[in-house]
Amino acid sequence: MPHEHHGSEHIQAEIDAALRTKALEALLVEKGLITTDVIDEIVRLYEQDIGPLNGAKVVAKAWTDPAYKQRLLEDGTAAIAELGFTGSQGAEMVVLEDTPTVHNVVVCTLCSCYPWPILGLPPTWYKSFAYRSRVVREPRVVLREFGWELPESIEIRVWDSNSEVRYMVLPERPAGTEHLSEGELMPLVTRDAMIGVAKVEAPQALQGGE
Amino acid sequence: MAGTTDRRIANMDEQLALPRKNGELVFEAPWEARAFGLAVALNENGLYPWRDFSQGLATEIATAEQKGISSSYYERWLTSLEKLVIDKGLMTREELDAWTAKQALNEHDDHHHHDDHTHHNLHVH
Repeated sequence: MPHEHHGSEHIQAEIDAALRTKALEALLVEKGLITTDVIDEIVRLYEQDIGPLNGAKVVAKAWTDPAYKQRLLEDGTAAIAELGFTGSQGAEMVVLEDTPTVHNVVVCTLCSCYPWPILGLPPTWYKSFAYRSRVVREPRVVLREFGWELPESIEIRVWDSNSEVRYMVLPERPAGTEHLSEGELMPLVTRDAMIGVAKVEAPQALQGGE
Repeated sequence: MAGTTDRRIANMDEQLALPRKNGELVFEAPWEARAFGLAVALNENGLYPWRDFSQGLATEIATAEQKGISSSYYERWLTSLEKLVIDKGLMTREELDAWTAKQALNEHDDHHHHDDHTHHNLHVH
């Protein structure tokens, strides 16, 4: 639902909304129904926990710490728990490593099982019947529609999540990022890359300069 | 508060879905984050079940679409939240209007007295 943000009417509506929100908050605080701190805390929590940040931390650590990566691939649940994240309702977490010859993609053909504590909320398309049915039959075509043309030489493996096992892809670290730290790598890792429908790209400044 | 996100809120679907980018919440202005936090906090404090809020929001969205009003997601969110707190008897419309008017005056005064400090009223995230 994109909105145009020009026109004085819209600007006025924005100013009014900001005022109304402040008045509402102030009145609720005055009545003792709410505290400002709690609202701060809720916003912080939802901004952090709802996104794929936890998964991105796992990937960036695996890229920079070979021992961690080994533990992660051997026992995803335990290695992810080391960073303080738990799986979905006790489901086992399995991490699938992409290599120059194998690429992994995750789906849930039955419903919409998804490692949400790690990746945040599933995107709408993940839950769509089209993705669930087609990615199994024609993964290469589906990935092309996501804008990723994979060479025929790369084998694509599709993994079907269920209530016992949740998968997450450990994408390939992009070329040219060897000197980046864990903290610098983290923001490069997107939700789509951990589902397996997008590649992790090096920052613009590092691209094409090899 | 529980210290965790509520999946019933986070996973609201289709037209009720929270605006997101790469899975993360998107707030286009600080007030949108405050309005979001207010609705969630009142629910966590037990002042209404989340269903009451989500149904009100659905009604607000449907009405706006029907009338062709091009308001944003969080403008509709705020309007439905105002209606809900009044419906639940947490405040009256008159009180809310009076506080909004007072807020407008305060901001007006602030701008006149602290022109060097124009962004003081924003909660920056």
